[in-house]
Order: sequence, then structure tokens, then C-alpha cells
Amino acid sequence: MQFALMIYHTPEEFEMRKNDYSHPHLGAWRGYYKALVEAKVYVSANALELPETGTTVRVKDGKRRVQDGPYADTKEQLAGFIVLELPSVDAALEWAARCPGASIGAVEVRPLAPEAMRRGFTGE
Amino acid sequence: MNEIHQEDAHRTIERVARESYGRLVAYLSVHTHDLASAEDALSNALVSALNHWPREGVPKNPEAWLLTAARHSLIDVIRHQQVVLESEPTIKFLTENSTETTLSTSTQFPDERLKLLFVCAHPAIDPAMHTPLMLQTVLGLDAARIAQAFLIAPKTMGQRLFRAKTKIRGGGIPFEIPQAPDLPERLDAVLEAIYAAFGLGWDDMAGADQCGRDLAEEAMWLARVLLKLMPGEAEVQGLLALMLYCEARRPARRDAKGRYIPLSEQNPEKWLGSLIDEAERHLAKAFQHGHVGRFQLEAAIQSVHAERAHTGRTDWSAIVLFYEQLLKVSSALGTRAGYAAAVAEANGPEAGLAVLESIHAEAVAHYQPYWAVQAHLLRRLGKTREASAAYDRAIGLAEDPAVREFLIQKRG
Repeated sequence: MQFALMIYHTPEEFEMRKNDYSHPHLGAWRGYYKALVEAKVYVSANALELPETGTTVRVKDGKRRVQDGPYADTKEQLAGFIVLELPSVDAALEWAARCPGASIGAVEVRPLAPEAMRRGFTGE
Repeated sequence: MNEIHQEDAHRTIERVARESYGRLVAYLSVHTHDLASAEDALSNALVSALNHWPREGVPKNPEAWLLTAARHSLIDVIRHQQVVLESEPTIKFLTENSTETTLSTSTQFPDERLKLLFVCAHPAIDPAMHTPLMLQTVLGLDAARIAQAFLIAPKTMGQRLFRAKTKIRGGGIPFEIPQAPDLPERLDAVLEAIYAAFGLGWDDMAGADQCGRDLAEEAMWLARVLLKLMPGEAEVQGLLALMLYCEARRPARRDAKGRYIPLSEQNPEKWLGSLIDEAERHLAKAFQHGHVGRFQLEAAIQSVHAERAHTGRTDWSAIVLFYEQLLKVSSALGTRAGYAAAVAEANGPEAGLAVLESIHAEAVAHYQPYWAVQAHLLRRLGKTREASAAYDRAIGLAEDPAVREFLIQKRG
């Protein structure tokens, strides 16, 4: 079963991305990544650029609406996600608690829905 | 009514609820086997107390008042369930002596909490639910609070507790104290469940994550209740001693800036002497019974650590001997990693690493203390590259940010 760990950062944590490679903060993420790979649970991951680089698009009454910035105007913003292969949501929460992002911002755990994607994308 | 009266009533309700919750739930459910209804009836009684006591004054025997109110509520619930025939004996039990005058004069009703503890840790119940059930039915903790401690979604914890109670009500799980041949194994399950609430501070291993559950108070309270109900059981006393030793070190585990301090670097002056003294008394009494078990051995290891407060040094060879006894009764990962750390202190890092190597690699992929100990020992042997790799694993598996920081510093 696959789970997405969605990592939400505070503005301060986004700032920390500017730190150099030897900074402890990055050491924590490196250790976390290694632990995921060695425990054979890692599937994939991606980081997102800063929230202010986002643009939100809607089409309402046939008209395009474009808005600067992310979809939701909240202090903590989506910074990236990690997909893990795990036997249960209990195990996913354990890994979320170990995520360095959980002790500054927040980590949301959600199961992937491959069935919904299959039906939605291909109609099968 | 005046405010003092109200405050007084609220304080009394809080105190009675905390002290009597488990006694009342146990007494109300021992015949019905219906924990959920007993808890509902008791919470109705507490609401009723909040309405009556501030106006009418706190009754002479608040616990008996609550019991009477809960009984009335429970009778209503059972009558509504429309299983009158089957419930007759239950209703008879509930209505017997249930007039308030009788109860408010007799302060005693049987303490059935021991039966309740054995029900919560019954082998037919999922072992993962033993501790949550105990915390809820004996201490009255709500599902959300329990869910926090066990890292489970609150809704899921609520559903799991509900399922466990349905299973208990469904029958087959007797509300009784197990007979002699089964007793040791059944008692062990109760002790394990209490210990699981405590969660151990693995601080005898440099930089191991603590996995504390923030329920230390509750766990020690449960152990004290159990000891009161089973004063002759050495392992109960051993468990309480173990928890007291660990709890005594709480103020020394962090510096003023919140940084993690491993046991070997802790200042013994910061340990709570009163808790250590109490632990010593319990452990000495436990040993007098002559049935040494897992919890007494773990407490004995902590006792050796505690001696540093007087002698200024740690007798690692004594710790190794206690671990060797412990390994005969428990081969838990934590025991083996702790043994490796102790062997390394007594006989050198190579010997400690050899113990670690005997642990199966699959088993430790998620186990933080193993990597913290390995990193520490490799560092001591000057194997910098291997040590860094082990530190990374320990850092990646750490949950406590203070421990993570500590390991990142050590890794360099």
C-alpha cells in the first residue's frame, strides 16, 4: 500500500533551504532519506519551489481567473511530498513522526488512491 | 449558590473522577461485561454531579453518590436495550442496595479493578489494544489523548477501542482473576501493558531515541494500583521500581536550552533522590520474594546506574551480568542493544560491536537505538566513515528533535 507524506513548511523552514550542505538541518533530511531507502520503504519524492512562485488558475463562467501565489493563503505551505510503500497507516504515521519536517511544520499522511486515478484517467 | 461552593464542588468532582473512575467502571461492568455502557453511565453520573453538587452541596460520600447515579443511568440503558429476560439478574444486581441512604453510609464497595486489568490484557484482545483499553477504562483517558500517545489517528483509536469493548461484551472473556497455572503469563500481559504506557527512556545508550509516550504519570499510577491489589507479586514491585528509576532522571535529560543529555553525561545531582529512594525500597522488597523476573532485572540495571550518584562511577560489569540474566527471559531488541552498549563499556567497543552483529539485520531497519549504539562504538574505534553512515541511520530514525540534534553534533 502506498502513502503520500505531504510536507508543510513554515516560512522559516523554507528559508533554511538556503543553508549550505553541511548545515545540521540538511543533515537531518539526508539521514531521513537514507533511513527510508535502507528500510526499503522509499518509492519517490519531490520538493516544490517556494509558495510565492506558484500561480493558481480557475475557469469560472467560462472566464479565466489567475491568482498570484498558492491555492490556500495559510502560514504553512506544501513544500514537497514523499511516497512510501508500507503495510499500514500505523507504519506511515511512524515515518511521518520521524520526518524532520514534522518537528517544525507539519506532515500530512494520506493513502494514494490508484483506483480513483485509474477510473478517472482511463474510464476502465 | 456562592462561588466558593461551586469551585469546591467542581474540585471534588475532578478529584473523585480521577481517583474513582476505574473503581466505578470495574464495579459497574463486572456483571454486565459491558464496559462502554458502564463508562457512559458514569459520565452521565458525572454530568449529573456537576448539576447537583454546586447547588446542593457535595454529598458526604461522593463516590457512593456517583455509583448510585451511574446505576440508575445504567438501568435505563439496559431497559432500553429490551433484553429484559436476559438482563433480569443484572437489573437485580444493580437495584440491590441502590438507595442512596444505604450507600452514603457504607463507604465500601468491592474493588474490582484487578479483574478489569486482566480483562484489558486478555489474550483474546489484540495486544496493541491492551494499554489503550486500560488507560481508558481504569483511568478515564479519552480516545484523543490516547491516540496522541500511540501515534494513531484519534478517529481510528476510537474505533479500535469500540471494537475491543464489543468483543469483551460479546462474551468469552471472563471478568475474573486468573487461576494459579495461568497467572504468571496473564500477569505478564498486564505488566507489559502498563510498561507500554510508560515507554522507556533508552538513555543508557548514548543518543538513542527516547520514544517516551508522555504517559509516565499514568503508567506509574496503574502500577501503584496493581501493587495495592497484588502486594505479594515481586514483578509488580519490580515494574514500579523500574519506572521510578527512569522517572527520577527526567530533569537531567535536557539542559537549560532543551538539548538532549545522554545518561553517561547527566549530572546525578539533577536526579530526583526521593524517587530513587522509593525505587530502591520497592526493588529490595521484590528481591525478597525470590522470584527474579524481567522487570526486577531491568530495575536492577537502573539501580546500578543510580549508584553513580554516590560512587561517582558506573559499575558496567554488574550491568553486563544483569543483562545476561535478562537475556535468558527476554530477547527483545531493546535488551540486546542495551546489552551491546553495556558490553562495550565493560570490555571495549569491539566486544560491543560483536554483540550488535549477532542481531538480525532485517529486525533493525526501523530500530533507532541499534544505529545510535553502533555509531557510537564505531566512532570510538576511529572508523570514521562507517560511524558517519551509522549516525545517518540513527538521525533518520530519530523522532525526538533534541536527540536528532545531539546525533547531528556527534556525527560532525
